[in-house]
Amino acid sequence: MMKKIILFLAFVLSVQFSMAQAYKVGDKASDFRLKNVDGQWVSMADYPEAKGFIIVFTCNHCPYSRAYETRINNIAVRYKPLGYQLIAINPNDSTIVAADSYSKMQLRAKARSFHFPYLLDDHQRYAKIYGATRTPQVFLLQKQEGGLIVRYTGAIDDNYEDPMEVSQRFLQAALNALIHGKQAVPNTTKAIGCSIKYAGASQKKTP
Amino acid sequence: MIKWFRIISSVVLVLALSKLYAQSIPVFNFQEFESLLHKDNDTTYVVNFWASWCIPCVEELPSFEKINKKYSADKFKMILVSLDFKSDINSQLLPFIKSKKIQAEVVVLSDPHSNVWINKVDSFWTGAIPATVVYKGSQRFFHEGGMSYQSLDKRVSTYINE
Repeated sequence: MMKKIILFLAFVLSVQFSMAQAYKVGDKASDFRLKNVDGQWVSMADYPEAKGFIIVFTCNHCPYSRAYETRINNIAVRYKPLGYQLIAINPNDSTIVAADSYSKMQLRAKARSFHFPYLLDDHQRYAKIYGATRTPQVFLLQKQEGGLIVRYTGAIDDNYEDPMEVSQRFLQAALNALIHGKQAVPNTTKAIGCSIKYAGASQKKTP
Repeated sequence: MIKWFRIISSVVLVLALSKLYAQSIPVFNFQEFESLLHKDNDTTYVVNFWASWCIPCVEELPSFEKINKKYSADKFKMILVSLDFKSDINSQLLPFIKSKKIQAEVVVLSDPHSNVWINKVDSFWTGAIPATVVYKGSQRFFHEGGMSYQSLDKRVSTYINE
């Protein structure tokens, strides 16, 4: 009987662990150490002055990511002096998507003059920890005494196709709220994006 | 004179063809599209969200086409909902449909307010594509990510045979 209970508990726990839970607002976010396109290794700990971070999971090949490159660049430039450092992370495995390789990232960052670090998460380790499912996907973190706390997660704004037709700038609204000591509203949004294909996940077919 | 006639006629032909292409695919916003997710009858519907540039979407398309063919005599309907940008319809989507000889019905969903409509498709959907809804009346299944032929076939045949 006891053995059965233990087995059942082990099963419940294993199910819990295998289901990747995405970071939600209020969660404490993990720091990372990943290679930038300039060859340097970057962690959030390298920015002791920063009040927070705009983490954007993005990549080279995805049309949605491409549509947001200029907007991300502008946000990076605008909010850095206000204490919020933007860091882009490419979570794609280049064996699956060749256009997302490290050398292609270097070319892209140069061609589009990225004003932010563009890091490669080649083992998809941090994308998994953050629970990112698509590109582009944003996690806005605020530095607190207890660590880096997620304050906003989701989309950059409400119009991927046409920057001129945007009516709600979700990320900038969240940043402005934090800068003024307020809560982000909304603090969670959704958007269509390119799915992050996790290596080895293709064997796991749904029943 | 003949040269000019040739040039003009070929321009007219190209214009006419592009017009024909442009008309061959319906473009909906979510409000116009939504009823396709809630048909209340005994037909089994497969609604697949994809885009011509999306690698895992394109990978699963042959399986979806096979299923569409397999159940063509049944009460079954497949709708491939393209999320290609509106500006890419003529330059990318239509040539893609033609070159892959896609038989299932393709519609374009062009509605940037995805923060609102993603939850209306399914609250578990994060917005990553591909994503698939299979439904019949009030029975409903949702999956984010690629689907194999077997898993889609199992789901569709269960609904059809009920």
